[in-house]
Amino acid sequence: MTYAIEISDLKKRYDGGFEALKGIDLKVEKGDFFALLGPNGAGKSTTIGILCSLVNKTSGRVSIFDTDIDTDFAKAKKFLGVVPQEFNFNVFETVFNVVVTQAGFYGISRAVAEERAEKYLKQLDLWDKRDAQSRMLSGGMKRRLMIARALIHEPEVLILDEPTAGVDIELRRSMWEFIKKLNEQGTTIILTTHYLEEAEQLCRNIAIINAGEIVENTSVKALLKTLNQETFILDLDKALPSGWSLSDFAVSISKDGSTIEVEVVKGQSINAIFSALDSISINVVSMRNKSNRLEELFVKLIKG
Amino acid sequence: MKNSEIWVAFYTIIVREVRRFTRIWPQTLLPPAITMSLYFAIFGNLIGDRIGEMGGFSYMQYIVPGLIMMSVITNSYSNVSSSFFSAKFQHSVQELLVSPTPNWVILLGYTLGGVARGLCVGLIVTLLSLFFTHLALENLFLTVLVVCLTAVMFSLGGFVNAIYARSFDDVSIVPTFILTPLTYLGGVFYSIDLLPDFWQSVSMLNPVLYMVNAFRYGILGVSDINVYWALVIVSVFIVVLFSFGLRLLNQGKGIRS
Repeated sequence: MTYAIEISDLKKRYDGGFEALKGIDLKVEKGDFFALLGPNGAGKSTTIGILCSLVNKTSGRVSIFDTDIDTDFAKAKKFLGVVPQEFNFNVFETVFNVVVTQAGFYGISRAVAEERAEKYLKQLDLWDKRDAQSRMLSGGMKRRLMIARALIHEPEVLILDEPTAGVDIELRRSMWEFIKKLNEQGTTIILTTHYLEEAEQLCRNIAIINAGEIVENTSVKALLKTLNQETFILDLDKALPSGWSLSDFAVSISKDGSTIEVEVVKGQSINAIFSALDSISINVVSMRNKSNRLEELFVKLIKG
Repeated sequence: MKNSEIWVAFYTIIVREVRRFTRIWPQTLLPPAITMSLYFAIFGNLIGDRIGEMGGFSYMQYIVPGLIMMSVITNSYSNVSSSFFSAKFQHSVQELLVSPTPNWVILLGYTLGGVARGLCVGLIVTLLSLFFTHLALENLFLTVLVVCLTAVMFSLGGFVNAIYARSFDDVSIVPTFILTPLTYLGGVFYSIDLLPDFWQSVSMLNPVLYMVNAFRYGILGVSDINVYWALVIVSVFIVVLFSFGLRLLNQGKGIRS
């Protein structure tokens, strides 16, 4: 098995004494779509910072495609493309120059860089803005510019630190599509996000980090299987009679009586709910999950 | 990185630095041109005529090399200190840190960016001075060598300043409180022969004096000090500042947590 990223016993203690990472182990397979989740201050950005050389590790081992960052960091860095959480380009440079200059830092010739810049700026709908100063871009455009910049050296691994934070829904969806396509083409994606829906929909594997420790590291499917309770919201075609209840299920009814929330424990059949409603001639118009399933698990794991 | 890739990275940094200071030319190239023209007009023409000769030359001719050098020193230093600190401030330095560009290339790239601005301003001031006086060129090789080495030295100094700086105030403290006094007291406007013995000895501790005099020697053929000492001193400073700057970069001082 080739691992894109292998981290073992990674520790980070900041100058003030704060222990951000307490010896984490993590493996990300080549071609994976991997989510690193955790609350604020859990150690996500520190881990990513160490991977891309913005944070000095205290101890531990990190290798990227079998290249140890302690022995050949320059080679290891070539495998990585990084889209940070904060905008970190020169705001007075034009969009085109931001991307082409970054290519230069990777030793890519100007001619190749210009070709690639055109390709990625077009793919990310920024080509029309190529001559604009980057400070003039909207928040979503700036985010896409950082993706184009991270891809300019065509890295094997793309790390996205909260890429869709503050991005509107439409743009978020189009970014998801773009990143999914990259992953299908073979790029390993590592994503940190607060939007758990994002992780559930996009990622195959997941690690949850809390207080500098990995508390869960498995596939999204396996994680969701451990969920033993879900809440469904059912919209009904008419109001329930007063005093109606459903044995074996915890039910809460809306004020107008036409919407119910039902907690379904693993192993219970939801057919019983439909049968009970059918017996009083009430039809279910629509049904949905109350909250994101991963969110429920996340909260449970973090609370320990 | 292969050598060819290192060269591309190095060239990219220099091009970006030159693009930066030429894009903001009203802040970088115009002010020294105006300031030095005023120096030439007031100190050289108006007051200089009353001072008479110094070192066998008219006062205007005497101060021109010093003023050129003063422009080179100030601009080399401030180009690197402000550019690198701005990159730190807006986090765009991370573009370089995440890339495989070796630290010595980053340091060299920024330094030569500073040298480019220093020499550019030096050339502008030299051309302006020709409107006020005639300049002989005693030793072209020595003149070019001294001005280049001085620009390298002060660019490196600006880089170290930027590494330690935490605010824009920190970037201006050294030029205001150290560089400017050293330059004004470094024989730009006078020969140290005019000073009492004690102050002559004190002046010998000022590294700027050596650079100004070596440059003046290259142009006019007169100097208060041995020019070869100047070359040795500048070279030593360059080696020390380069090693120190590289060490700070390797440690990630001020740029990595």
